[in-house]
Amino acid sequence: MRTLLYILSFAALIGLGFWAYQENYRTKQIVNETERLQQNIANARARLGVLRAEWAYLNRPDRLRELAELNFSALSLMPMTPDQFGRTDQVDYPMPEPRPLLKITDPVDVSTMAMQGGQP
Amino acid sequence: MSDSNLRIPLRPLARILEAREKGENPDAIEKENLRLRHEEMRDKARVRAEGRILVLGAVFALAFTTIGLKMWAVAESEPAEPRTSIAGASIVAQRGDIVDRHGRVLATNLDTYALYAHPHQMVEPVKAAEELARIFPDLNKERLTRDFTGKRRFVWIRRKISPEQRQAVHDLGEPGLLFGPREMRLYPNGAVAAHILGGAGYGEEGVHAAEIKGTAGIERKFDDYLTDPANGGKPLQLSLDLTVQAASEQILYGGMRLLNAKGATSILMDAKTGEIISMVSLPDFDPNERPALPTSGHPDDSPLFNRAVQGVYELGSTFKIFTAAQALDLGLVVPETMVDIRGPIRWGRHSIRDFHWYGKELSVSEIIIKSSNIGTARMAEKVGVERQKQFLADLGLLEATPVELIEAPSGEPLIQKQWSELTTMTVSFGHGISVSPLHLAAAYATIANDGKRVRPTLLRQSAPADGPQVMSKPAARQAQHMLRQVVTDGTASFARIDHYDIAGKTGTADKPKPTGGYYKDKVITTFASMFPASDPRYVLIVTLDEPVETSGDEPRRTAGWTAVPVAAEMITRIAPLLGLRPEIAPTPLAGITLTSN
Repeated sequence: MRTLLYILSFAALIGLGFWAYQENYRTKQIVNETERLQQNIANARARLGVLRAEWAYLNRPDRLRELAELNFSALSLMPMTPDQFGRTDQVDYPMPEPRPLLKITDPVDVSTMAMQGGQP
Repeated sequence: MSDSNLRIPLRPLARILEAREKGENPDAIEKENLRLRHEEMRDKARVRAEGRILVLGAVFALAFTTIGLKMWAVAESEPAEPRTSIAGASIVAQRGDIVDRHGRVLATNLDTYALYAHPHQMVEPVKAAEELARIFPDLNKERLTRDFTGKRRFVWIRRKISPEQRQAVHDLGEPGLLFGPREMRLYPNGAVAAHILGGAGYGEEGVHAAEIKGTAGIERKFDDYLTDPANGGKPLQLSLDLTVQAASEQILYGGMRLLNAKGATSILMDAKTGEIISMVSLPDFDPNERPALPTSGHPDDSPLFNRAVQGVYELGSTFKIFTAAQALDLGLVVPETMVDIRGPIRWGRHSIRDFHWYGKELSVSEIIIKSSNIGTARMAEKVGVERQKQFLADLGLLEATPVELIEAPSGEPLIQKQWSELTTMTVSFGHGISVSPLHLAAAYATIANDGKRVRPTLLRQSAPADGPQVMSKPAARQAQHMLRQVVTDGTASFARIDHYDIAGKTGTADKPKPTGGYYKDKVITTFASMFPASDPRYVLIVTLDEPVETSGDEPRRTAGWTAVPVAAEMITRIAPLLGLRPEIAPTPLAGITLTSN
């Protein structure tokens, strides 16, 4: 009886040791993975920061103004002025084309009664 | 003592018998034995105790050594982030960004490198110095050679270097030249909003990192907020609008050059919330290369000086509307009340005169429209000393502005200690009191906000400020109406522009001499305005320092000829940017056609 107990507890010890060993290595692996990911995130953030700074630098008002002046012949960009505002009723929409007068040769059925069962 | 085998009996029979034969006292033997036994017991106990003390001492020594070693390790080792925590990813940059009201970047950080040298690790110090002087033309070759070949073991070479420069230094292959990572503060827009942002420099510096500290402006004011890791890199959002700020700077700079002014400032403020949308002070500087503080000369002449906040000037006739508004508010007058303006008013050695002769009497409206000093002084007389002081204090004109800049407390108004009746009269038309343009902007915003107090702020606000009512709504409305009449019929006729209705008041004040008295030919001109006049949403202050308009036969220096045209031009340019609907001419405009169909 006692021998069996010894054998069992020894087996449990071996089993726990093996389990702890595995868990230890898995944890280490996950920590390494996390570190790698965090490094990637940090790098991505740094790159994003640089890109944002560069975007802001390239879009600084002084540069845009100079570019607009340099490319005036091509773009004719001017500062916004109040007379560029308008009301929608001031917009000259193209006149609708005058419809050609149709000669009604065959009568058209305008009643919806016929639509009941037929095609739309 | 349990060792009873070795125990000597206290009364050994043999010795007792022997003693009895000799006629000695056998008790002496017992006593002697007892003594010996006690001595033995004591010696044993001592050895045991000494052993215990030794063990205890060893344990304590070990414990303290462990603590000491740990302390040494903590103090000497480089700090490392915990490897398993998830909090590490949320820390982005050392210092938060600053953005404008639409989220456009005004200040951000950029990763760069600092260059330093360990001369004792160098292979060819002289060649390295030569090459460094070639890469960085501003470095002194002799100085570097001296540093590298001398006894120094550590030399800073550059605080910030560009990636190209880093590659060039790397290509030298000198093991004694080392790079340390750095974050640098970048202001991508250059000089735009320079006075507000201020600038930043390095505080505590180490090889692997350096602390960025704000040196002026909002960077310094919000140093703690920007560096607080609890904010998680959340940007600081200002009320500024980058586009409007840049356009204002351009127009103000043009106006300053055209009118030969030595300095200029403009403030555009939202009248409902007190948000400062643009604030310009010229001349300006580039916060990326912040110049050193001037060591001589007047501080006003330095580009670092923020005229809008720090520059306290007598702003002249722009103050008249406060007197009129208070007189209206108190019910002392109505806009049509006639006031005697015969002058000059004599008061001791002083006399108060008008710029022109305006007749015997004028209505309150006309006093503002024609800008009569005497008429305003008469109204101030009716208001009285105490009530005037209280009113100006309610408008925030007697204390430094609460704006979020480190320079704000230095823009404290200059007022006379003895506030006499004469002071009341001169203050009523803006003399004998010096305030900053920002004070004026806040006070005009209070009028524009129908009498509710407005406090200037540089931070984005989500709701209109709910300040106390400084004057009644009808009085404020009447004051707005008078300001509109100044533009339509009075001194600010250049502000009559198409598309937008402006209301405002001009002010021309002679500059005081440092020795006392006033210059005859140096003025500060101001135009304090609000638009659209029917329901003011924005307040614009334009102030020019020593302008002169030379297109006519004789130089003109009044605000109507200098500050007003600049302000009118500025409103024409920025009001569309603010999304204000212009008054559109009723006849259909030619040229608007639908081009995409």
